[in-house]
Amino acid sequence: MISVTGLTKRYGSHLAVKDVNFNIEKGEIIGFLGPNGAGKSTIMNILTGYLSTTQGKVEIDGYDITEFPEEAKKRIGYLPEIPPLYTDMKVREYLNFIYDLKKVKFPKKPHIDEIMRLVKIDNVSGRLIKNLSKGYRQRVGFASALVGNPDVLILDEPTVGLDPKQIIEIRNLITKLGKHHTIILSSHILSEIQAVCKRIIIINKGKIIADDTPEALSAKLSSDNSLVARIVCDEAKMIEVLKTVKDVGNVSSLGKVEGGAYDFVIEPLDNADVRAAVYNKIVASGKTLLSFTSNTLSLEQVFLKLTEADESQLDLWLGNAKETTDEIELEENEEGEE
Amino acid sequence: MSAIFKREFKAYFNTPIGYIVLAAFYFFLGYFFSAIYSNGAPNVEMIVTSMSTVAIFTLPVLTMRLMSEDRRQKVDQALITAPVKLTSIVLGKFFAAFAVFALAFAPTVIFEIIVAAKVSVNVFTYIYSLIGMLLLGGVLIAIGMFISCLTESPAISAILTLVINIFILCMSSFASMISVSWISTVVEKAAFLSVAENFSGSVLKVTDIIYFVSIIAAFVFLSVRSLEKRRWS
Repeated sequence: MISVTGLTKRYGSHLAVKDVNFNIEKGEIIGFLGPNGAGKSTIMNILTGYLSTTQGKVEIDGYDITEFPEEAKKRIGYLPEIPPLYTDMKVREYLNFIYDLKKVKFPKKPHIDEIMRLVKIDNVSGRLIKNLSKGYRQRVGFASALVGNPDVLILDEPTVGLDPKQIIEIRNLITKLGKHHTIILSSHILSEIQAVCKRIIIINKGKIIADDTPEALSAKLSSDNSLVARIVCDEAKMIEVLKTVKDVGNVSSLGKVEGGAYDFVIEPLDNADVRAAVYNKIVASGKTLLSFTSNTLSLEQVFLKLTEADESQLDLWLGNAKETTDEIELEENEEGEE
Repeated sequence: MSAIFKREFKAYFNTPIGYIVLAAFYFFLGYFFSAIYSNGAPNVEMIVTSMSTVAIFTLPVLTMRLMSEDRRQKVDQALITAPVKLTSIVLGKFFAAFAVFALAFAPTVIFEIIVAAKVSVNVFTYIYSLIGMLLLGGVLIAIGMFISCLTESPAISAILTLVINIFILCMSSFASMISVSWISTVVEKAAFLSVAENFSGSVLKVTDIIYFVSIIAAFVFLSVRSLEKRRWS
């Protein structure tokens, strides 16, 4: 549905997006994740034809966005970071304008009514947009993206400025829409991405540094099968005790956490499953076990680990092909010489 | 194009801008007409032509937010990502401002009818002068729209356009001050106001129409290019 190859965007001397490649199939919900200024919005602006590319190709349903902009744009509904609204218009009036602008073929009134019901703005349809709260404006922006029922929805931080209840509503709406639409969603709220997206593309400094399912990402980055146990005990003695368990390799303490309890990281040999054995050992030692968790990283930790890591570490973790990064460096050098 | 035209035209009357501009025109039109009518030699085409100065000072208000406001409120994202050509966006906006300007001359039709009832008139000279004034307005609107493309601030756009319009107003006197004949001719041709005066005669010169239309087309084109350029920078 969406295919991006070798996408590069340069603002003057600043390279905002470097050689980005990805393919999105019909019906996928993709999360764009990255710190502020990573290039998420720039990529979205290019996908929707608002900005041009410096290099590379973007195809929406087989239509190149620079060669057939109108055909490509017809298939996209876009909600930018700041919803583009004429604040001197009323909600229905604005949606009617967007309907005319997009040259939509559906019957006008039922179509607009349905969208307003869907994003729950039917109660403000007669109000001036400038008098609406941030949350309502965001939803009017969302509604305008839905006008014409486009196949692809590109949503740049769709839940910013909404209250918790509205956030949940919008998330449910996105999940519902995801059954029939291809959706790209950007956010720096990780739980949001985790809740709606089946696939995550992490972007940092204009480059894709990871592209996978949330589970696979945390599995890849977590130290395999290691455990964290919180035990009320004597630190040094317990380390010795835990080391005697079969298949346990290294045991380290993370220090005192609460009362007389310590956190221990238990790393098994050869990725073995030592949960039962470790548990039995602790119980047998007569100490109190307060918590016992597997040491997989939450998406939050994955995100921090990836965005703060340097390139060599990333290659190690994610098994990226080394050549691609070399090529980019080469290109940059060439352009620098010019 | 029609969606943008409709929205912009309505926007003039959602805000006071449309009313202010029309009020300014109607005030001067009414004043001139009553002055001339009581003199006993009513000449509507003279009133029409004399509105050029009013146009010079009020049109910057009409064009100031055409493009700049969209950019400031980021609505241009909605327009540019919609499946429409940039040229249709620009033309829609141009014609919206032009329609308001044309509306400003509506009372002159009534004036002409009143005068025609009293004395015999040559309707064509009136129509020619109207065509001339509308084309002049078109040129000023196209220039103002282009200036509006260059900035995010309607105020800056208005002031810059006003300065340029005043410069245009003074153009023919500049022309007479230049002693080199060919430069003087060029400046005189660029003095849109004096070209517009050609229309107040009893003949309509096609060359003058083509001249104005091509200047409008040039500034519409420049506006499209400046929108396009923003996508690339």
